[in-house]
Amino acid sequence: MGNQVEQTYDIMEVCLLAGKIMLQCGGETYRVEDTMMRIAASYGIEKTHSYVTPTGIIFSAESNEPTKTKLIRISERSTDLKKVAMVNSISRSISSGEINLKQAMEQLIEIDSMNLTFPFRIQVAAASLASGCFMIMFKGGWNDFIPAMISGGVGFLSFVYFHRFIPIKFFSEFLASFVIGLLSFIFVKTGVGHQLDKIIIGSVMTLVPGLLVTNAIRDLMAGHLVSGLSKGAEAFLTAFAIGAGIAIVVSFL
Amino acid sequence: MALIAQVITSFLATGAFGIIFNAPKETLVKCGLIGMGGWVIYYLLESYTGNAVFATLSATVFIAVLSQELAKFYKTPVIIFSVAGIIPLVPGGLAYDAMRNFVENDYNSAIGLAAKVLMIAGAIAFGLVFSEVINQVIRKIRQNKVRT
Repeated sequence: MGNQVEQTYDIMEVCLLAGKIMLQCGGETYRVEDTMMRIAASYGIEKTHSYVTPTGIIFSAESNEPTKTKLIRISERSTDLKKVAMVNSISRSISSGEINLKQAMEQLIEIDSMNLTFPFRIQVAAASLASGCFMIMFKGGWNDFIPAMISGGVGFLSFVYFHRFIPIKFFSEFLASFVIGLLSFIFVKTGVGHQLDKIIIGSVMTLVPGLLVTNAIRDLMAGHLVSGLSKGAEAFLTAFAIGAGIAIVVSFL
Repeated sequence: MALIAQVITSFLATGAFGIIFNAPKETLVKCGLIGMGGWVIYYLLESYTGNAVFATLSATVFIAVLSQELAKFYKTPVIIFSVAGIIPLVPGGLAYDAMRNFVENDYNSAIGLAAKVLMIAGAIAFGLVFSEVINQVIRKIRQNKVRT
């Protein structure tokens, strides 16, 4: 009897860890719930209930004993699609019965501690390339390509560094967009850049909360009202921070 | 010539966003191609009809349906393919214009622009949900065929 109770807790532990990794890395709410239920079902807990919001997961499992419930808090969120894919494939191999509880736990802990992101230099290079390309896509001229690349890259760099320094997302986004605005303004003033609007729009695109907005709307339409609204609020705050940072440059200089 | 520039830049931009979102390395090119297809559809429709909302809707449906098929094929989450493709369609430029007009106390044009931003964001959302419905209908039709 005691053994079974312990096993139920172990299964819940695996479910919660999988859900936590997915949610921290930008997985959709319905996918997190679905994954946790599938894992629990394939280990023999048929009746589970989960309540997933962007800041925490409540998970309860019903069995012959009294219902057990665990809560996990999520404070830091970022986007790391590779981890989402890896957890997804682990959940697939759990459902097909390839790995047992202990192996699943070990693999999930390994994924959780891994740092899979691309090297930081490549990320900055990608951000600056994306900024330049977006500037062209928004009908800017080719003579603004290099200024948009520079200000976009520096903006992304300063976002990451400010975020390490002050762990308040709103503030680092505000400062990063202020840097972008200032750099673009200097480029235009010195004659290197030509169209201020196009350069700013292109460079700001790497900070724009596109993933958050789409996830928020999908959650809302799927009926996850609380997580949809809170993701929407996060997206709105980010957009407001970017707008405010640019607005300071535009209105005071 | 302008179209070729758009094709190349949209491919590069979407692929670069795949890197920022840390998509798996082997999917980066596919992300870029999806984003390119969506952006070309948006660009052509927008320049022919002049209706950004309709163009966004069509491009989103294309991106979402294609990413769902790819996700089924490669057995990965849909989000990996769709997110980077959607990014170019997000009305960042318009939102910036609206914000700028607000700051410059030109509230009339600012509110008009903000309404347009809302319409386009709604079009993206509707396109995503619509394609999911299409996908489920296709799945049901296939299941029925197998049964009969």
